[in-house]
Amino acid sequence: MAHVDQLVGSYRAWASNGVSGAPDWLKDLREGGIARFHHLGFPNMKQEAWRFTSVAPIAEGSFELAKEPARIPTLDEIRPFLLLEAGYRLVFVDGFFQRSLSTPFFDDVQSLAHVVSHRQDLVRQHLGKYVATQDRPFSALNTAFVSDGAFVHVPAKTNIPEPIQLLFLASGTKPVVAHPRNLVVIEREARASIVETYAALGDHSYWTNAVTEIVVGDGARADHYRVQRESDRAYHVATSQSHQGRDSTLNLHFVAFGGALARHDIGAVMAGPGGTLILNGLYLLAGAQHADHHTTIDHAADHCASHEYFNGVLDDKARGVFTGRIIVRPGAQKTDSKQTNNNLLLSGHAHADSQPQLEIYADDVKCTHGSTVGPLDPRALFYLRSRGVGEDDARRLLTYGFAAEILGRMEIAPLRAQLDAIVRGRLAE
Amino acid sequence: MAKGKVLLEVKGLRAAVAGNEILKGVDLTIRDGEVHAIMGPNGSGKSTLAQVLAGHPAYEVRGGSVQYAGKDLFELDPEERARDGVFLAFQYPVEIRGITNSYFLRSALNAIRKSKGEAELDPLDFLQVLESKLKAIGWDDAMMNRPVNEGFSGGEKKRNEILQLAVLEPRFAILDETDSGLDIDALKTVAQAVNQLRAPERAFLIVTHYQRLLNYITPDVVHVLADGRIVKSGGPELAHELEAKGYDWLRDAAMVS
Repeated sequence: MAHVDQLVGSYRAWASNGVSGAPDWLKDLREGGIARFHHLGFPNMKQEAWRFTSVAPIAEGSFELAKEPARIPTLDEIRPFLLLEAGYRLVFVDGFFQRSLSTPFFDDVQSLAHVVSHRQDLVRQHLGKYVATQDRPFSALNTAFVSDGAFVHVPAKTNIPEPIQLLFLASGTKPVVAHPRNLVVIEREARASIVETYAALGDHSYWTNAVTEIVVGDGARADHYRVQRESDRAYHVATSQSHQGRDSTLNLHFVAFGGALARHDIGAVMAGPGGTLILNGLYLLAGAQHADHHTTIDHAADHCASHEYFNGVLDDKARGVFTGRIIVRPGAQKTDSKQTNNNLLLSGHAHADSQPQLEIYADDVKCTHGSTVGPLDPRALFYLRSRGVGEDDARRLLTYGFAAEILGRMEIAPLRAQLDAIVRGRLAE
Repeated sequence: MAKGKVLLEVKGLRAAVAGNEILKGVDLTIRDGEVHAIMGPNGSGKSTLAQVLAGHPAYEVRGGSVQYAGKDLFELDPEERARDGVFLAFQYPVEIRGITNSYFLRSALNAIRKSKGEAELDPLDFLQVLESKLKAIGWDDAMMNRPVNEGFSGGEKKRNEILQLAVLEPRFAILDETDSGLDIDALKTVAQAVNQLRAPERAFLIVTHYQRLLNYITPDVVHVLADGRIVKSGGPELAHELEAKGYDWLRDAAMVS
């Protein structure tokens, strides 16, 4: 409990000091967040949603709220973390927007800290309206510390052809915590692609507690990529919450490579009829890494389709946890929902937990799910060897295929190529 | 026609899977350029013979010998056999997630080329090699961009095996029940593709339960395998005899011998 009190204390000091000039609605939002966190405390493994993941290293750790970036990198230093050369780019270090590292931007692609005062109505209309804090201590805590992050707004019927990159770097020199808060609003019949990346410059232990809200309007299409390559000593907790309107399309791609401990809560609400959602994820872990993906797809309207694919590749003593919850609300008829989670264990000490949770309250729906946990398929191994491919190469090829299956669904070719290179590099280690 | 050199010589081969002895002393000699068919009832050991020759690790060789192109076959790993020209068209081709058919086949061809000291093919060179081979089985590039065998129909899987055979150009091709699960049109396409691949420097061992494939591929020799042994060998007419009479009379003959 000591640490909960410490966090609440640091909130009080922060709220009464530098950010006290915030508008009342924002102050209220923050106060609600800290009250909720204070009430909930850190989750423990007795709670169903946290059965397989202990957050003790975070709860018992000592992470100071970053007051400013520990240091500001040069453009050359951040280049390796940019997955695309073209397009808009917002760069954050230890949670703070870095104008000098970002591309020329305009009112619709901005730092949240800036738009909170400049475009209050729009921000107020959406911020905190989608992510749940009721039973989610980490998103409640993030909400308490809302100050900076990325703001992307695509006006109705606007197409932004180049992907927008959001890069969150930890300087990784001190044990700090950052609470980046991102808001993406794609208005009616608009279209945009977003690439959100988390990475570290140094290898010190730190904690990232991020929340991203994504709103996709009626008839709009969004492609949202999220790449987590935090340092191997980092703690990464994140919530991604989307909300889709009628006949909208959302393609969510999640790749997790990093972190000592990573927990990602992914929520998708299909609020209007005729929506399409693809949730495509990969976790590639080694050493003692632990990654927990907790996904909830909420079919709140009829005639929506959600296809969820998560693959895990686990080596050494790594552990992967996947929970795939699908809710089909009463009246969400003609729902077409498909979920698969396949886990490849490359070592006898690697471990995967996979649990589908289907809650179906409508009767005219199609819902399928399947999950696998196991080593490489010996039949596939023999098949390759019988074609002349050596055993080691055959293993590598099959393992790569597990990851490539997920990467293959990504439409931005240069991004796919970059991730492909990262995957190949990690598998060659 | 002058007989080719002996390519494969199987003597007294005994093999088991999961502790059960399936092959109980198989003798078989195949020469360069010959097409042999092995027929027999279910459970006679036909597929086991095919798997053992390809080197499947689940099968335990308990006795006998196999000489292939002057080498002891059992000294070679499955990949070494493949590089030396052994090819098995699988009865149940395996699905490989995330790897396109094209990438898979190019990896296989390059592994074989590399072992011979030949230059590896880049994707463009490979596409050229592939083009005429695809035509022979009535496919276009679209099949090459799908993951290996994933979502393929039974017939597509078998065609894919024959495509691999055509691209890898083995010296000794084993077809394990390639005809099973094929409709008559697919059967004809597959047979035609195999016939085009018949060559003086390439031998075939065709494992089949039914005679119908042999209506389109005329073998030089037909063997009957029953209870782990070859109980009868003959010309193409033997296949017709089996179709008419079934296998029971041979099983009895095996018991007597």
